Amino acid sequence: MLKTGEVVPRFPIFQNKTVIQIIRYLYMILLALLLFGVILFISGKNPLQAYKDILTSTLGSAYGFSEVLVSMIPMLITALAVALPARVGLINVGGEGQLYIGAAFATFGALTFSNLPAWLLLPIMILLGMLGGALWAFIPGYLKAIGLVNETITTLLLNSVAPKIVGFLIFGFWHSPKDTIKTSTFVDAARLPTFFGSRIHLGLVIGLVLLVLFWLFMKYTRWGLEMRAIGNNAQAARRNGIPLKKYLIIVMCVGGAIAGLAGMSQVSGFYGVLLLNFSMSLGFMGFMISWMAGGEPLGIVLMSFVVSVIITGGNLLQLTRGLPYSVINLLLAFTLFVVLARPSLFKGKKS
Amino acid sequence: MTLLAILGVISSAIFSGTSLLYTTLGEVIDERSGIVNLGLEGVLLVSASSGFAITSLSGSPWLGILVAVLAGGLMNMILGYLVITRKANQLASGLALMFCGFGLSALIGKSFVGVKINSLPRFLLPGLGELPRIYTSLFKFDPLIYLVIPMAFFVWWLLFRTRWGLGVRAVGENADIAYASGRNPNRIRYQALFAGGMLAGLGAGQLAIAYAMNWTEYMTAGRGFIAVALVIFSKWHPLRAIVGALLFSAAVAFQLLLQSSGVQISPFLLDTIPYLLTLIVLIAWGGNRKHSAPASLGRVYLGTE
Repeated sequence: MLKTGEVVPRFPIFQNKTVIQIIRYLYMILLALLLFGVILFISGKNPLQAYKDILTSTLGSAYGFSEVLVSMIPMLITALAVALPARVGLINVGGEGQLYIGAAFATFGALTFSNLPAWLLLPIMILLGMLGGALWAFIPGYLKAIGLVNETITTLLLNSVAPKIVGFLIFGFWHSPKDTIKTSTFVDAARLPTFFGSRIHLGLVIGLVLLVLFWLFMKYTRWGLEMRAIGNNAQAARRNGIPLKKYLIIVMCVGGAIAGLAGMSQVSGFYGVLLLNFSMSLGFMGFMISWMAGGEPLGIVLMSFVVSVIITGGNLLQLTRGLPYSVINLLLAFTLFVVLARPSLFKGKKS
Repeated sequence: MTLLAILGVISSAIFSGTSLLYTTLGEVIDERSGIVNLGLEGVLLVSASSGFAITSLSGSPWLGILVAVLAGGLMNMILGYLVITRKANQLASGLALMFCGFGLSALIGKSFVGVKINSLPRFLLPGLGELPRIYTSLFKFDPLIYLVIPMAFFVWWLLFRTRWGLGVRAVGENADIAYASGRNPNRIRYQALFAGGMLAGLGAGQLAIAYAMNWTEYMTAGRGFIAVALVIFSKWHPLRAIVGALLFSAAVAFQLLLQSSGVQISPFLLDTIPYLLTLIVLIAWGGNRKHSAPASLGRVYLGTE
């Protein structure tokens, strides 16, 4: 077993950091597949057949691949909503709640301004979604900045509140005439455009562009530098004249705004309605992905892809193997366990 | 609005508050040793499903409760391995444990959906034998309900009046100093996690076997997160956890009462009360949080390498 901080002699081919990372992830995924295979075997299923099904259903067809990309969208965005605040040392576990409030604000826009043309309505919805998420994140951000309550606790508590507010709004005001648990389907102008006749929507582009912007921002702007300074040593940064409180509040709000955007993209691009409890832990998944990727944009894309393959493949397992849908959570959990436990094939990377 | 309806509401509030209090007590022990278990939801689900399955297979609810308790302890051992031995991030590990619980419980409970089981026996609250039958049926509780308050006192005694509890609290405050004074932080944390998991399992067993008497996927419906909130609300103290659980029960009861009396307040909004109240209490304490939260809560103990 290797201890933290120990340097491992590497083979020349492994000098390249990316190669090491890729091999490390592949090894971990293999380990997770092995664990889940044991579970499948115990419950009387053929693991190899199940994995073949997952792979062919997700990566083996254009349709399956498009579905993987579709399920990647909210993960990319919610992971960024965690990665950005993490750069100043803020732990945003509240993506789930911010996503709900963002979705609610965007839905308000979609229902209120439904006769506007798409080129006007969609930007309004995006802005509203971001505003909703930002407002929801302002509470923990402000409480943290004035040193009152830890943001981890606040975001967790608010996570449980947000879906209930959405439920209240749907149930009390917005539900469609036929159904009490969802709104009427949005007008076409309130739907994000889709591509290639698949369910892939503009959210994918938004997510990827945001990740690139995030990378550029952290690397090349003064604010990125100052944020890194705060993340390394908040008190030292403050003594060097960086406005710490302002940064904490603004960065938290921006993180919330991004999560709110994920909510907007889900209701507008994916569902086309606001549905009770629609998120199903997307915000938490974003937290896991960002954490596993060490907050790096490329890692976020990679991890989102892996998680999406797992989740999308799970749909098929349910249909063909007679397993409950949530069983796929086990494969997800095993993948997470393995990554968290950092098996000692290589030196454990500090994230 | 009859007296019967009000009593019915109180009775169901007691039933739903019990499992929550057990769970909260378990999380108090976890967090006192310095470990946040965000995966409580998953622990509860696995305990509930395995306890229910064993009750259904063996016909003995007591055996089911025992299995639920053990399952809770074992689930926490997974977390222990990740955060203690592998020194992984606690929040991320907890969430992974939650996803694991979603999946595992669905698998375990798959063939037990809609199955009927023998429940725990219920005993009438002493001193109410004279009441008419429709009233007494509301105040017949299972033994786990009677045991929950004594259990809170037991946990308090364990944490504040025993050497073991002193060790747990010392590790939660500062693992390095606990180590320097001759304790083994890792072993103590494993023990605390196992004990905490067993209590959570007891709560889940009570929920599935004694109260709901059936198994449905995701039947815990957020209880794990409520328990995490209640631990903060009770300032990491087992006796104040009683107040927290009562508060939650009261909110549930209040909500049911309003519904049955026809008052138009959205149940969704009432559901937010426990969380908002916790938040308000936290804000009201403000700066003196340092005196209540275990100082090294959430920190990885790197050991002496």
